[in-house]
Amino acid sequence: MSSTARISNSNWLFLHAVCVFAFLYLPIAVLILYSFNREGVGGFPPHHLTLDWYRTLFGDGPMWDSVLNSLQVAAVAMAISLALGIPAALALDRAQFPGKALFRRLVLLPLILPGIITGLSLLMLFNLTNTKLSLATIILGHGTALISVATTEVFAGLQKLDRSQEEASLDLGANYWQTFWRITVPNLKLPIIGAALLIFTLSMDEIAVSFFLIGRDNTLPLEIWGRLRRGITPEINAVSAIIFVFSLVAIVLWYRLRVRGEGQPDVGTEITAAAEGQMV
Amino acid sequence: MGHFVTAGGCSNSAKSMITSEIPMASAPELKSRTTLLSVRKVAKQFGKNVVLKEISLEVAEGEFLTILGESGSGKTTLLRIIAGFEKASAGEVWMGEDRLDLQPPYRRRVNTVFQNYALFPHLTVEQNVAYGLRVAKRPESEIASRIAEALEKVKMSAHAKSKPSKISGGQQQRVALARALVNRPRLLLLDEPLSALDANLRRQMQVELKALQREVGISFIFVTHDQEEAMVMSDRIALLRSGELEQVATPREIYGRPATAYAAQFIGHTNLLKGDVKSGVVCCGDLTWTSDRPDGPVLFSLRPENIRLLSQTASLPTLVRVQGKVVAQAFHGATELIRVQCAGGLVLVVRAPASTSPLDEVLLAFSPIDAIPVTKSAERI
Repeated sequence: MSSTARISNSNWLFLHAVCVFAFLYLPIAVLILYSFNREGVGGFPPHHLTLDWYRTLFGDGPMWDSVLNSLQVAAVAMAISLALGIPAALALDRAQFPGKALFRRLVLLPLILPGIITGLSLLMLFNLTNTKLSLATIILGHGTALISVATTEVFAGLQKLDRSQEEASLDLGANYWQTFWRITVPNLKLPIIGAALLIFTLSMDEIAVSFFLIGRDNTLPLEIWGRLRRGITPEINAVSAIIFVFSLVAIVLWYRLRVRGEGQPDVGTEITAAAEGQMV
Repeated sequence: MGHFVTAGGCSNSAKSMITSEIPMASAPELKSRTTLLSVRKVAKQFGKNVVLKEISLEVAEGEFLTILGESGSGKTTLLRIIAGFEKASAGEVWMGEDRLDLQPPYRRRVNTVFQNYALFPHLTVEQNVAYGLRVAKRPESEIASRIAEALEKVKMSAHAKSKPSKISGGQQQRVALARALVNRPRLLLLDEPLSALDANLRRQMQVELKALQREVGISFIFVTHDQEEAMVMSDRIALLRSGELEQVATPREIYGRPATAYAAQFIGHTNLLKGDVKSGVVCCGDLTWTSDRPDGPVLFSLRPENIRLLSQTASLPTLVRVQGKVVAQAFHGATELIRVQCAGGLVLVVRAPASTSPLDEVLLAFSPIDAIPVTKSAERI
């Protein structure tokens, strides 16, 4: 009796899971499906599958310019956030300084703040300094907002690092600089690569901050957004499908690195990941 | 080879290394050796927590010195100050003519074997051992031959290409040893390196480590909380208690003539007898014997093996005798520890050859010269 109850209970839970999953992913599935639909966005179910929209997309100059712009922005923003985020993580892990607890919370702030606020405040700063808006300002915006990703990821890696290894290195005659490059960095390889992947992906489809800081050159999400005002075209479905696949690959890679590096991601990092998701 | 095989599992002679080179009874000649390391009035405190109080200690060339103490006694802190991972709050550390404590760890000709070995997980065994030489930019040909030699010495040549995670704890320990010794330090520090090993392997490694130290002739400072380990391996033991040195002496000396009640109790079993001396006669409860000690209260340490069980009829005038009732017997193989409730409320623990039958009423005797006067250790935390 009780076992049948349990079975039906678990059936309900299973059904519930299927619904949640459908709710989350059905729109994306439809989008990908329509990118292959000859009739474009109208007509369900699709009768004729085609690659025409992808062909159009590949011949679309402005769209490709925006893709290249986005890649450029993501790559430089990644370099900036890592260059500033890794030392910040080291400081959090090793140094003792007044206001450390405050710094630790503040460094997370750009993650939690809505992108509108980050974007708006940077826009005001650039206005104040008479800086011309361009890709460079977007790069600065992304770099600022994503430092916290680099810091939290690398800090988590540092916390798991066995300090006696660094002592062993000093003991064996390596100075602090040599120890950092030969022991600390190799042991942080996974968190650093993970952070880089995540930052790259987040920057690639960032809208809120970019929206405020955009100059003449569009990034990919803004280009798409601009075209959407003139109505949905199947070409946009095609580019969205491509972005989806790339983001998926990057996120899966990041997650697998993380699991390999730490056994299981703990609850804290899940929350961080969720917060990061929210920002997009 | 079998004659020094211990009770545990090192009878497997194929596994044990260099055992044939172990000198049997060896009273090391230390008196002629020069001082290598000199710790002068070193103190350390973390905030308000005083960990070391004015420690002074000397280590001779080629000496095996053990710092023995309970956890929290400050022994690891002292080691870390010598290695350079901690700064002393006061005092100096000298190696020969060099002031060591002002140099960063990477300039000191001191290497450490860490408690958890601290092997570099991203490097192979071979690369781990080569680390110090590579950093020192030795020529690759020299590095290759020195690694080979070091790995050979610890019998790890077969695992040269393995990652540390793929070898056992005992093997990791040997690699850590090779990684330190390959740099030819003047002093090797070992922070409880055997504590992670199981009992049999541990006994085997004690013998091997001691033999290795003799072979390379480098001074070792070995930190442990295990008094038996300290006795087996050391030329001298420095007994540390709550940040102060209780006694520094050879194992035989510290066991035979403990300076303090704490030393007597920490190293081996002992009976502590509280007594009074009055005009040449010692009174400990119902026990009395003559002594040339000055009048006043006195504390004696009497080792259980120095108390004998007498048959009722024996009469030996030089011995102190006391009647008692056995309350407990703990079998230890060749011997047993017998707890005896004596007249006058005194309880004595006696070590005697294991008997076949339970005991009841016994007559105990000991020689007054085996009652070693010790100072009462100051009450500390």
